[in-house]
Amino acid sequence: MMRIEIVKRPQHSALFSALSPFIALFLTLIAGAILFSILGKNPISALYSYFVEPLTEVWSIHELLVKAAPLILIAVGLSVCFLSNNWNIGAEGQLIAGGIAGSILPVMFPDLQGWYVLPIMLLLGMAGGMAYATIPAFLKVRFNTNEILTSLMLVYVAQLFLDWLVRGHWRNPQGYNFPETVQFNPSAILPEIWMASGRAHWGFILALVAAVLVWFMLSRTLNGYEIKVLGRSSRAGRFAGFSAGRLTFFAFLISGALAGLAGIAEVSGAVGQLRTSISPGYGFTAIIVAFLGRLNPLGIIAAGLVLALSYLGGEAAQISLGISEKSARIFQGIILFFVLASDTLIYYRIRIVSRAGDAVAKGA
Amino acid sequence: MKKLMMALTIATSFAVAGAANAQEKLKVGFIYIGPPGDFGWTYQHDQGRKELEKALGDKVETTFLENVPEGADAERSIERLARAGNKLIFTTSFGYMDATIKVAQKFPDVKFEHATGYKTAENVAVYNSRFYEGRYVQGVIAAKMSTTGVAGYIGSFPIPEVVQGINSFMLGAQSVNPNFKIKIIWANSWFDPAKEADAAKALVDQGVDIITQHTDSTAPMQVAAERKIKAFGQASDMIKFGPETQLTSIVDNWGPYYIERAKAVLDGTWKTHNVFHGMHEGLVVMAPYTNMPDDVKKLAEETQAKITSGELKPFTGPIKKQDGSEWLKAGETADDKTILGMNFYVAGVDDKLPQ
Repeated sequence: MMRIEIVKRPQHSALFSALSPFIALFLTLIAGAILFSILGKNPISALYSYFVEPLTEVWSIHELLVKAAPLILIAVGLSVCFLSNNWNIGAEGQLIAGGIAGSILPVMFPDLQGWYVLPIMLLLGMAGGMAYATIPAFLKVRFNTNEILTSLMLVYVAQLFLDWLVRGHWRNPQGYNFPETVQFNPSAILPEIWMASGRAHWGFILALVAAVLVWFMLSRTLNGYEIKVLGRSSRAGRFAGFSAGRLTFFAFLISGALAGLAGIAEVSGAVGQLRTSISPGYGFTAIIVAFLGRLNPLGIIAAGLVLALSYLGGEAAQISLGISEKSARIFQGIILFFVLASDTLIYYRIRIVSRAGDAVAKGA
Repeated sequence: MKKLMMALTIATSFAVAGAANAQEKLKVGFIYIGPPGDFGWTYQHDQGRKELEKALGDKVETTFLENVPEGADAERSIERLARAGNKLIFTTSFGYMDATIKVAQKFPDVKFEHATGYKTAENVAVYNSRFYEGRYVQGVIAAKMSTTGVAGYIGSFPIPEVVQGINSFMLGAQSVNPNFKIKIIWANSWFDPAKEADAAKALVDQGVDIITQHTDSTAPMQVAAERKIKAFGQASDMIKFGPETQLTSIVDNWGPYYIERAKAVLDGTWKTHNVFHGMHEGLVVMAPYTNMPDDVKKLAEETQAKITSGELKPFTGPIKKQDGSEWLKAGETADDKTILGMNFYVAGVDDKLPQ
């Protein structure tokens, strides 16, 4: 006869804050070892192929960067939104809008070549993402609509619009009517960072630059202060003369621009053409990455790499050990569970309240 | 930590060496778009993989990656299989085409086989199936069996392979009943049991009494069984999911092809090609004709025999396009290039092709 409560700690330990990722990793290793043993696999080699194997080869590190780049770019933008209490769930849609806008040049003018093509594509990609993110921002500021719903639903609109484009007007005329655009010409392809050693493209560098810039803005400028104040208490922010409406636009525009940039970087760097689906849900996974990085752009770099590693590791384990894709995903879930749980328990503690104690409290 | 790493490295290299010593095995890799448990498209490819293992025993070793998204991820997954020592790799969905070509350029000594595409290279072969031949037989059966004269058709994506199926089904049905109608619903997915089931329910509510599907789950068959109408299975024999419902099913029989190609690599006779196999080569197999009167069964068997022998080609004129213009003159047959890029309906299809 008792119940469990979660109570906020009056102060949290700096030591455990720093240790928390390692505690989580340790618990994950143990839980993973148990899971793999139950599946009849050698837990040590399973964990090896999960966490070490993808890092032992150069090409695989490249793949890690390819996978992490869009996650980091989007999550950095989302951190601005979430810190300022704007719940942009539609980064996937903004990514698609950016991918489409950025592809205007290589698809409609395939013969256009020159150094200027790529910068224009990237700018158009950012503009596309921004424009698409303006819609939920405007609706929130003007009509007080719930931005979670509007931004989420606009994802489906973007997906269907892309589908329509690629099946119709933008379809490759030489492509046997399959839903794909032409392959981009070389000057519309985002170059690889270290040619010949692997596939990682400049999208990852863009992600790092974005993370550092946003980190600087959040921690060192008045704008960043405004975001945090309004995010924690919009009333206090208003007394300080900050405008919540202006901030909503600002946060959505930044995250839209970065999601759009991720979209065009993915299309131009990793795929090389537009197809009916250009992202395996990066816009949604990035929400997890943002929180895993504790909404700190520098933390998000690490979080993006960890999440990318868990995808690659899952694939490596499928090949080297024959672990099914489902078990690989469960293991990914276990990692996230422990990381988020450890973080939560630093700020909150669990209190077990017995019935008797409850009665006493009421009596008093 | 360093010691642990060392121990692990040694342990894994021994594991690899142990396998290599046993015999020079041919490693064959597969990339799947769905899970092998879809009981449709991927399930049949996985059956083919198992047949390959059974037929060639310890001469081959197979690996597969499931649920691999088309796009940027596919390239990595294919490259991973190549790097893991697979010398023959089957990529079993259209959307892997460009990724397969890209990886093939990096691994000239690995043979690649891409299903249902059109781009070949020195070390990339393409294999495709004339599923539409089976659709023609289905159309004949549907027109005989339906009392309302309307069949429901659940499509995945409006790509040539699916459009071929719709047209062939329609032509088969028209050969029995010139006024036959079909209603089409696009699921916009290859594998989404919930969406496919909803589509099936909507079609039944609109008065169709036979359902055929070009999506990979068994959900439409199960809905048809609940609503007590008839249905055709897809890609695999789905009789278990509708013992009193399934009329027949187009079964993709990949096994013989996989065995033939693996043998070719082992003998050193592998060459690139672009094949378009059908009933004649045994790639398209019809599941037993069930839940129909004997005369319908007989007609279906005759139709199948004619297609197998080459006497009957589904796309033989006179055929008009949906807009009434002439496509094929009397006696003229469609060439493979037109079939592989088909993006129009034949006359009588009551739907607008999503463009």
